[in-house]
Amino acid sequence: MSSSGLRDSHIQLNEDGSLRHFLTIDGLSQSLLTEIMETAERFIDFGQRKIKKAPLLRGYTIVNLFFEPSTRTRTTFEIAAKRLSADVINLSAQRSSTSKGETLLDTARNLQAMHADMLIVRDSHAGAAHLIATHLNNQLQVVNAGDGRHAHPTQAMLDMFTIRQHKPDFSKLAVAIVGDVLHSRVARSQIQALVILGVPDIRVIGPNTLIPTDVESLGVTAHTSMDTGLDNVDVVIMLRLQRERMTGQLIASEQEYFKTWGLTEERMAAANKDAIVMHPGPINRGLEISSSMADSSKSLILPQVTNGIAIRMSVLSMVMSGAEGAGE
Amino acid sequence: MSNIPRIPTVESLLTSVVDSLQTDTYSDAVLVGIRRGGAWIVDELQKRLGRAEPPGYIDISFYRDDFAMVGLQPEVGGSELPFSLDDTHVILVDDVIHTGRTIRAAMNELFDSGRPKKVSLVSLIERDGHELPIRADICPLRLSLAPNEHVKLLGPEPLAFEIVKRIRETK
Repeated sequence: MSSSGLRDSHIQLNEDGSLRHFLTIDGLSQSLLTEIMETAERFIDFGQRKIKKAPLLRGYTIVNLFFEPSTRTRTTFEIAAKRLSADVINLSAQRSSTSKGETLLDTARNLQAMHADMLIVRDSHAGAAHLIATHLNNQLQVVNAGDGRHAHPTQAMLDMFTIRQHKPDFSKLAVAIVGDVLHSRVARSQIQALVILGVPDIRVIGPNTLIPTDVESLGVTAHTSMDTGLDNVDVVIMLRLQRERMTGQLIASEQEYFKTWGLTEERMAAANKDAIVMHPGPINRGLEISSSMADSSKSLILPQVTNGIAIRMSVLSMVMSGAEGAGE
Repeated sequence: MSNIPRIPTVESLLTSVVDSLQTDTYSDAVLVGIRRGGAWIVDELQKRLGRAEPPGYIDISFYRDDFAMVGLQPEVGGSELPFSLDDTHVILVDDVIHTGRTIRAAMNELFDSGRPKKVSLVSLIERDGHELPIRADICPLRLSLAPNEHVKLLGPEPLAFEIVKRIRETK
């Protein structure tokens, strides 16, 4: 897993260390990741309120700029922005002018000309959000909602937040990330976050064809056997098999994959008794995870979705708070 | 050199507020304190009044009208309203009333959580410098201070007011 060379940290932070964009976990401090989770904590009960809104971002315009399909991420960003009273515009590749040849930057500049305050960007190219942030620097805020195989920082933060609710001490955890690590921007961001938060035992498990060759340089151990990989872990994070990104024959067959690397209740017996199971969605039942495992009491797949709203409210308010002119 | 007024003890101000609250008007009302100072005051009032209903707390961080200028404010404890506000008489409590903007934000938050029958405002001190038509219903001390002088409640243990002079006015 070679680093894409996108060291975004310097451009996503203000001089005082506060967030001004949110592009990647890479290079962020433990205290900043903790601040994101603690701010999310303040938003967690909004969903139960009679009026699920606060006026914090009233008057701001936030554009969801999605060049890749997404249901969960786009919807939870939209809900998060609306709960903070921002105006939200949804643009997806199918109906945008990019199909007429306009470049990503031109699209962003047009949105800027319409006085958008923030762009939430998903793109199949690594570095797309970074590119916009660099070229439109300080004039609007950019949040990365997934760029190619590079990063998906809000997904990683909602996963850390979910882990923290059940296992508050990161310094005592063993965490296994299972499946298609090769194509997963989620796994990259998760590994970075787990390392920064001080998790001592991070493992990746999967077939050799789906584990990047230099993965151990990120501070993890690689396993090809579920039984040894899951031994005494506290947290199991399943990844979706990204067949749409696969070029060539990387798995023998779906049946074979499930038999060897699918998570079942029997396999979970190797993990600690109170271990939790997570999956960023969408889940392929019977491929990465058995249906009964996905629906079991150990599974936090739906709480992850709910937590995604609070984490995104946190990131949106912190990033907007770091906009030029705020806090001065 | 301006004369900085002496402030009575928090204890004596609390006694005066408790006397005013022990009337029929407030007998069935619930206490809601604005974090942080108002929440400390509410805890003291609750001890003295011995109401059966536990008090509520409001954190106005997400309702402030100065986000664009000052950004997100640090955590002060979160809102806790352990009762329905619908058709309830709410006694909203803060330590000091100055511009009125905090109270406006708190009322907006209250009305996002329900539809109170009535909201009364209680404060230990109300100083000049109002920017909104908001005045306390019960307030034992009204102060006239210079624009750069601010009353600050120190606490929670012990509670005491102090007057500080700020060199630079906050926006």
